Amino acid sequence: MSGSAGIVRPYGDTTGDGRVQLSFTLPVPYGDETQRARAEGAALQLAAKMGLDPAMVVHAKGMGPDFTFFIVYGRVSHLVDLSAVTVAEREFPVLPAAEVNLRIRSALGRKLVVVGACIGTDAHTVGIDAILNVKGHAGEKGLEYYREIRVVNMGAQVGVADLVARAQAEQADAVLVSQVVTQRDAHLSNTREMAAAFRAGSSRQRPLLVVGGPRFDPGAAHDLGVDKIFGRGTTPREVASYLVHALAPLADVA
Amino acid sequence: MTGKLNLDPAVVAEARELARRAGQPVVELARTHTTVSVERAVLRLAGLDGADEDGMPWVNRLADAVRDATGLEHGVALPVWDAMATGGYPDLRTLAVDAAGGLVKFRIPAGHEADAARETAARSVKKGISLIDAQRAERDRMLAITGDPPMPWIYLIVATGDIYEDIPQAQAAAREGADVIAVIRSTGQSLLDYVPEGPTREGYAGTYATQENFRLMRAALDDVSRELGRYVRLTNYASGLCMPEIAALAGLERLDMMLNDCMYGIIFRDINPVRTFIDQRFSRQVHARAGIVINTGEDNYLTTADAVDAAHTVVVSQLLNEYFGREAGLADWQLGLGHAFEINPEIPDSFLLELAHAQLIRELFPDAPLKYMPPTKHMTGNVFAGYLLDAFFNLCGVMTGQSILLIGMMTEGIHTPFLSDRDLALENVRYVRRAAGRLGGSFRPEPDGFVAQRARQVLGESIDLLRTIGSQGLLNAIAAGTFGVTRRPPDGGRGLDGVVERAEGYFNPASELLEVAP
Repeated sequence: MSGSAGIVRPYGDTTGDGRVQLSFTLPVPYGDETQRARAEGAALQLAAKMGLDPAMVVHAKGMGPDFTFFIVYGRVSHLVDLSAVTVAEREFPVLPAAEVNLRIRSALGRKLVVVGACIGTDAHTVGIDAILNVKGHAGEKGLEYYREIRVVNMGAQVGVADLVARAQAEQADAVLVSQVVTQRDAHLSNTREMAAAFRAGSSRQRPLLVVGGPRFDPGAAHDLGVDKIFGRGTTPREVASYLVHALAPLADVA
Repeated sequence: MTGKLNLDPAVVAEARELARRAGQPVVELARTHTTVSVERAVLRLAGLDGADEDGMPWVNRLADAVRDATGLEHGVALPVWDAMATGGYPDLRTLAVDAAGGLVKFRIPAGHEADAARETAARSVKKGISLIDAQRAERDRMLAITGDPPMPWIYLIVATGDIYEDIPQAQAAAREGADVIAVIRSTGQSLLDYVPEGPTREGYAGTYATQENFRLMRAALDDVSRELGRYVRLTNYASGLCMPEIAALAGLERLDMMLNDCMYGIIFRDINPVRTFIDQRFSRQVHARAGIVINTGEDNYLTTADAVDAAHTVVVSQLLNEYFGREAGLADWQLGLGHAFEINPEIPDSFLLELAHAQLIRELFPDAPLKYMPPTKHMTGNVFAGYLLDAFFNLCGVMTGQSILLIGMMTEGIHTPFLSDRDLALENVRYVRRAAGRLGGSFRPEPDGFVAQRARQVLGESIDLLRTIGSQGLLNAIAAGTFGVTRRPPDGGRGLDGVVERAEGYFNPASELLEVAP
């Protein structure tokens, strides 16, 4: 554990030794002896600037005429203050499928409707399918498997206007959007566009907006105008549990 | 075939016969229908290229104008070459410009005029086919000069979005040992109903497939092939709504391999099943003529379905791809049937199961250049464990005699590979080839041991599934979610509005030339 001071350093093989390992490539040649010495010197300079002292180049290899790959071990001078670490705690419990169904039945008295899509040019349906398809992901069945959830999977490259229209037509309680492609931050601009469209859309209450994808910052929901962001490794059960937490709250037990 | 699995030849023959029976109605569908993209491919083979100022290709403008005037039931060739004659047009481009401006009256000619149109159309399209033949001969010449690398070929992916960035990366990858360079397409290109024009410098997670990009990359790889004394093959993707046109462009620009699966677009891109099967047949006829090796996409099924439970769906799809491929004129050496190393490494005997599946496929398709895909689904952020898993993939590949190895990256699923990731991946495969390249010769699974029994079990399950498909029909099976766990009904998906039933007197000069064995 952290110890009373809450100050720790990396652990190599002895408490407090501060030893770490890293690898990187520099655009420098690794040809003749002079070039090799220069390349290793350059790697050590970078390691020193990163706080490794002492540092040791344990592996250097030329890759083509212009690049060198390095593996470096060293001792970092930095300290980690555990009392200054902040963690975003999950604000909802992860529930078994039976309980998700029960909560929806008692709170809504009807099926919970989820509309899912990949928006923009993104054709990667792997993420949304992993959450929605019965088949699911990581050993957990997808949302289609939940008796009290009705799933409409619109697939890939859905236009924002089509998504808004479909969500309205299906009276969606929640809209799930997956974004895998991140070139030029397309995942961020697509999400903002989608959120704006739902806000502008109708006077009726907008559905819960949930986005997911491997490159999202889970803390950026507010900034992007959505209710929840799920990152890499999210399972269908987590999503189902969140939907229940947000849309099918427990009755007051006062 | 010196089998290691004691497969019963009668069972194997039955599997092929069931695949033929399942596929035949779909071939009939393809023989009696055409699509907008098949018709545009005819125009491309006749030499029409370029695009209007909005970037819309002239083949689209011309085919659309014909479709509005006469429909496409008779094919685009009759009305187009009739209009060329009656309007005295010097070339297709001039006609296309006028047609786009609404200045051309198209009709379906009859009698002598129809004969004349057929003759000039056939002559024009023949020129394109001759170019494809010349490129095939040029590939043979290059192979003779530079040398053909031994299998397994090492297959590496390049995808920056910018063709001028792709070129040095592809050349570097070839120098590092790649035998095959695949340029991944921009995401979403498969759902465009036109082929973009010219060299392109921006794409999303990939580079657009265009004729000019094909030409630039092939020329760059020819340079590096001469430098290395080893022919470096170029791969792209003939999937999506423009499969026939991309196939034509690939033949014209001497691509060497093309991704071309009979069901990938249906399952993973929600393209209409009927559209896909028609486009697929024509595109494969072009590949057959061009001497291009196709790569099928069965590996994808295992990314959505469980690799153990769904192993037989891979075999079924391969048998269908083989049937459709041969029917379209592809020789066995052109059938790069796909599969993948995607079994959860946490389960006991996972490597034995992988060996069983890979060996089964090797023995079912002894003359096919099988394409083996590395683990993706169970690659975690633990790059060290990933590197080990990739080594096991490489080992399974060399032990079972796979022909084309896509090189696994330990950073799969984290980012597009670093330069160093690619270098380490090549070091991995080089080590395995050096250390165990001849292990396959000494690998004899126990006749009734775990590996052989598992292989026979998968073959048995494949036959059961083929029987089910045969009784319900392939299109219904796809609609029921048999492949990749996705349900795709025959009247759903994109591109159905581009499907046209052929009328009496339908004429397609390209099909007539391609139906004849070269």
